Amino acid sequence: MIKNISNLGDAALYCDFGNEVNKSINSQVIKYFKTIKEKKFEGINNLTPSYNKLIISYDLKKTNFKEVKNYVENINAQDSKDINSKKLEIPVCCHENFSMDIKRLEEILKLSREKILENFLNKEYFCYMTGFIAGMPFLGDLDENMRAQRLETPRVKVPKGSVALTEQFANIYTFESPGGWNILGNTPLDVFDSSKEDKPNLINPGDTVIFKEITIDQYKNYNE
Amino acid sequence: MSSNYLEIIRPGINTTFQDKGRDHLYHIGIPFSGAMDNRNYLIANKLVNNNLDSAVIEFAYQGPHIKYSGEKINCAITGDVIFSIKKKDTEIEGKCYESYQIENGDEINIISTNKSVYGYLALGGEFDLKFQWNSCSINTKANIGSNDGKKLDVGQRINLKKINSNKDIKKTNYINTKIENIRVIKGTNFDYFSEEGKKIFYEKEFTVSKLSDRMGMRLEGPKIDNIVNTNIKSEGLIKGVIQVPADGNPIIMLSDHGTIGGYPKIGVVASVDYDRLVQMSPGSKIKFKEINLSDAETLFKLYEMETQNLLSQI
Repeated sequence: MIKNISNLGDAALYCDFGNEVNKSINSQVIKYFKTIKEKKFEGINNLTPSYNKLIISYDLKKTNFKEVKNYVENINAQDSKDINSKKLEIPVCCHENFSMDIKRLEEILKLSREKILENFLNKEYFCYMTGFIAGMPFLGDLDENMRAQRLETPRVKVPKGSVALTEQFANIYTFESPGGWNILGNTPLDVFDSSKEDKPNLINPGDTVIFKEITIDQYKNYNE
Repeated sequence: MSSNYLEIIRPGINTTFQDKGRDHLYHIGIPFSGAMDNRNYLIANKLVNNNLDSAVIEFAYQGPHIKYSGEKINCAITGDVIFSIKKKDTEIEGKCYESYQIENGDEINIISTNKSVYGYLALGGEFDLKFQWNSCSINTKANIGSNDGKKLDVGQRINLKKINSNKDIKKTNYINTKIENIRVIKGTNFDYFSEEGKKIFYEKEFTVSKLSDRMGMRLEGPKIDNIVNTNIKSEGLIKGVIQVPADGNPIIMLSDHGTIGGYPKIGVVASVDYDRLVQMSPGSKIKFKEINLSDAETLFKLYEMETQNLLSQI
């Protein structure tokens, strides 16, 4: 449930669902997101669900804080269809060409490369949200012993397809971008494809993702 | 092949096609984009008898040098821009907010914006552009929009699908006003900052850094001290949000911003001041002034009425 609604500037609602990050709070966020999206309220022009917040932006020429707040407060999000989620397998190659931060992770986590991969691969992760850059999924939760902080100085360029970790989350860089997460491997899949306007994102909030290891040869032949 | 087209002799520093932008895509990570200075974008279109949501060429600092081929067409430039129009046997110094008729072989040379950042070139007609999600706005970070999501490049040819039959010459006396203070509404993490930090935010001057682009405006100046946590759990952003990362230097999210961020939000720029904010060039001094939500809403209404008024007089 929404604990509090405040304004983010003069053209957005800040809906706070709590401070913790877990599936049950996030499912509530996604439920509200999907309900409001379906209803197409005049003036609302964007919805951004995240771990435990939902930002609703609106066109100040068409509506205002009071109207949108009143609308959101009276929505019955329970009426919404249950989250229609998929289970996806993502191939990832952790060859040394790709796992740029494996040494750093070994040091921080005090685990061997093998152990890190064993902990990471073949497990189910939940997609809490997508964004920052187009289509980037935020997946969780990593095991307690797999949690490392961001790099002190972010990279100017993280290669497209990089699978990276920070705190309890994993993500995938959908295109080359700056970034500070610990890079563990790379996927040959196109996780974001702007030519598919209906479904540009391979992974969507509510989906479950499992990383499956592939060899460097399988990686190279993947798109052939 | 269209017989009416532009050739890019010099592309300029950051020249893109922009229109009203694309909405309903934050949740997949795609920002609004669109013309940075919306008012100047609208005026440019109105001056050449276009629909107000038509695509224009947006440039920053140094603009493009363009050669036109085809039948007569109107063009207009808005912003605070130095440019010239080269005709067969004469070169005229261009004035912003006036439309000009150009013909086969004429060149438009946009030398630079003057003490501002963005300018707009509209042609009376319709460019032949690819639309993605109902907009041809170019987002160069995600390579979305027309021109494969890339800046305009030297030697490129841009076709026009249509030329307006209405070739009335238009003019307006608009002057871009500068403002001393950027009005802001308190952010959702305002209490993360020390009393001293809050005072600095509202009382001290900041300088616009060179590291500013369509994604964000970085500011330099006295550091804003955080006493709670320099990170928050990542959450949605909107344009105008002022985040303060661990180094204490504020960053204002602009039209191509990342849709999610994990730095505390100290404030949000009021919508009324966004067009003028984006025009502040590196080195400009910026001061923030707090206003409440209801004043922000009223001020925006007035600004919007003024924009409509300006447009109706053209």
